[in-house]
Amino acid sequence: MAGSGTAHLRGEEALLSVRELVVEYPTGGGVVQAVSKVSFDVLPGKTLGIVGESGCGKSTTGRAVLRLDRLTAGEITFAGERIDGVSENRMRELRRSIQMIFQDPVGSLNPRRAVKDIVVEGLAVAGAPKSERATASAEVLSQVGLGSERFADMLPRQLSGGQAQRVAIGRALALRPRLLICDEPVSALDVSVQAQILNLIEELKAEFDLTVVFIAHDLGVVRAVSDDVLVMYLGKVCEFGDADLVYDQPAHPYTRALLDSVPLTDAARGFTGPALEGDLPSPLAPPSGCRFRTRCPRAEERCEAEEPPVLEIRPGQFAACHFPLTPVTLAASATPADTAVEPEPTPIADATPTPDATLTAQPTPTPEAEPATGQKTTKVRSGPDATE
Amino acid sequence: MSIEPVKSAPQATSAEPTGSAGPVLQVRNLRAYIGTPRGVVRAVDDVSLDLDHGQALGVVGESGSGKSVMARAIMGLMPGRSGCSGEVLFQGRDLLSLPRRQRAEIWGKQIAMVFQDPGRSLNPVVRVERQLTEGMRRHLGVSRGEAHTRALDLLREVGVPDPERRLRNYPHELSGGMRQRVMIATALACEPTLLIADEPTTALDVTVQRQILDLLRRVQRSHGMSMILISHDLAIVAGRTDRTAVMYAGRLAEAGSTGEVFGAPRHRYTHALLEATPTITHERHAPMRLITGSLPDPTDPPAGCRFAPRCAHADTACSDPGPTMTSVGADHQVACLRPAQTGTENLTGGELVGR
Repeated sequence: MAGSGTAHLRGEEALLSVRELVVEYPTGGGVVQAVSKVSFDVLPGKTLGIVGESGCGKSTTGRAVLRLDRLTAGEITFAGERIDGVSENRMRELRRSIQMIFQDPVGSLNPRRAVKDIVVEGLAVAGAPKSERATASAEVLSQVGLGSERFADMLPRQLSGGQAQRVAIGRALALRPRLLICDEPVSALDVSVQAQILNLIEELKAEFDLTVVFIAHDLGVVRAVSDDVLVMYLGKVCEFGDADLVYDQPAHPYTRALLDSVPLTDAARGFTGPALEGDLPSPLAPPSGCRFRTRCPRAEERCEAEEPPVLEIRPGQFAACHFPLTPVTLAASATPADTAVEPEPTPIADATPTPDATLTAQPTPTPEAEPATGQKTTKVRSGPDATE
Repeated sequence: MSIEPVKSAPQATSAEPTGSAGPVLQVRNLRAYIGTPRGVVRAVDDVSLDLDHGQALGVVGESGSGKSVMARAIMGLMPGRSGCSGEVLFQGRDLLSLPRRQRAEIWGKQIAMVFQDPGRSLNPVVRVERQLTEGMRRHLGVSRGEAHTRALDLLREVGVPDPERRLRNYPHELSGGMRQRVMIATALACEPTLLIADEPTTALDVTVQRQILDLLRRVQRSHGMSMILISHDLAIVAGRTDRTAVMYAGRLAEAGSTGEVFGAPRHRYTHALLEATPTITHERHAPMRLITGSLPDPTDPPAGCRFAPRCAHADTACSDPGPTMTSVGADHQVACLRPAQTGTENLTGGELVGR
């Protein structure tokens, strides 16, 4: 997996553009390249979902946009302004337009401040007068569904996880940002609460014309909110494209494997496809060529020698794979992207791509192969009533 | 890595399933109350269920449903046992009234447990080999050499590559998935009759979770064990168990064959939970169906059906007298006075509050 390359970019119309982002962490055992030449664009008003397993660099990518982590290399452009090298003062101003919410809702709130103060912390930093803050506080709290008086003076520890996440969303919203980066916003929440928060984010996005980067490991959650999806593995881009295309007709074997690993609430099937073998390799010594090759069912010698560039597989869908699950279709994009001078803005956003019928050779997921087990007592009976 | 099932080593114990049709575990009116400064939390409140030999039972519920406390109560791990009442009959013996010494003989040998966080449930300063062989040496009295051979077999069976080297590792030198495999191998070491897996994959990535779930189901079948698989994730239980119990606020909401519970759920809570779970086929930007409100106060649960305050179908009878577990099929019970109709394969009821 993948690769570097820029074939999938949308160019100037994007609100946020990330180019060849590299983030490295020095550790005792060597340098970890957490994000390795990742490029993507987020169009205004759209939601980009970033999915991947732990260690894929999805959170680091989100944090790097806000410069919470130092970038080693790469360009970040927000609303036409290069922000990767701007001063700390300018960055502080920019952070009003780019807000972030985090996974641990209670932990991300100041434990000693009341809810009504927390939600306007950003305004206080920006120097808004007290009276203005008080009005804003009440307004924001009601927008996130905590309008009831009793919440205003509560401390974070008195809130449930879902309520705390609402406060965190309110705090972000109070600054009227243009871009909201959500890093695993619902993974610590129960299913019923998770649905409430997802709906809230969707509503606020529409109401305030937000652009959203939604980072999560849960493929179902990402599907529900995303227009575009970026799939990452070990710091690299695997696949990028329209969410429906990526989920319904994944081109990268890793995307396929991820989707096949999602447990289904279907007692007869369990999973859609075969399991992926092996473990994540060490990020200190990532595999040569395609980083996914050590676990990839389709890997060949070429994957070891050559890193696959990001290529357009079908209109609106890009993957970094030498042997994608569907053939590369466009001659133009068959040029390795790193040799391309300027990325062509691809008109994906407006056109709903209808994949050519001839190109939709979809691999049928093979039924889960039950490994041969020792024939001991495998008979499972359904017994008498287990409950009363 | 290939997962080669290895014919496991000597059946040194008498823990082999008897093959009788009787249940291996019978839980009767189990209550686990926990005293807190805010009052008595009724974590498990009058739960009864049976588990047969060789069966896998899934227990699902959100946080606060009491599923993990129930597992601990069954194991006899609740502090002091003071708050537990009812009966937990394991092969006919009531674990709740058994003296501690006798219970300790059962722990690890006949009932083994796999926990959520393999990083914290393995001893960080003890090599894998000792953790794996400790139980065998204690319960089965095997020699050091024999235990070593058996440990290697177990690691191979659970799909740990290069087992010789792994035996010399400390837990921190293993990945999360490998640690969970080691935990499972440790649990299998004494050929237990019952394996309790409490959120065994919650800390793991989705592709690794998949491997561990496949592994659990495989060893459960090949060893002829009974298994209780506890998860907050309905989907995890759906494909890997024979029977499923849905818990809400300390009580059973619904129980039955896994096919019935997921294919034709009757309890309104099960319905709502299934609808609120985002799937990989979710329509883009379509609002999630959700359950309004929040869990009741565990120290002061509502009378009658505990889901009634959040249920769109509830009426006065739901609070008084409230439902009891009632049979609605050959192997399907539900505690709901206004159950969903059968045959509602697609769960779009329209009865739940939308956004």
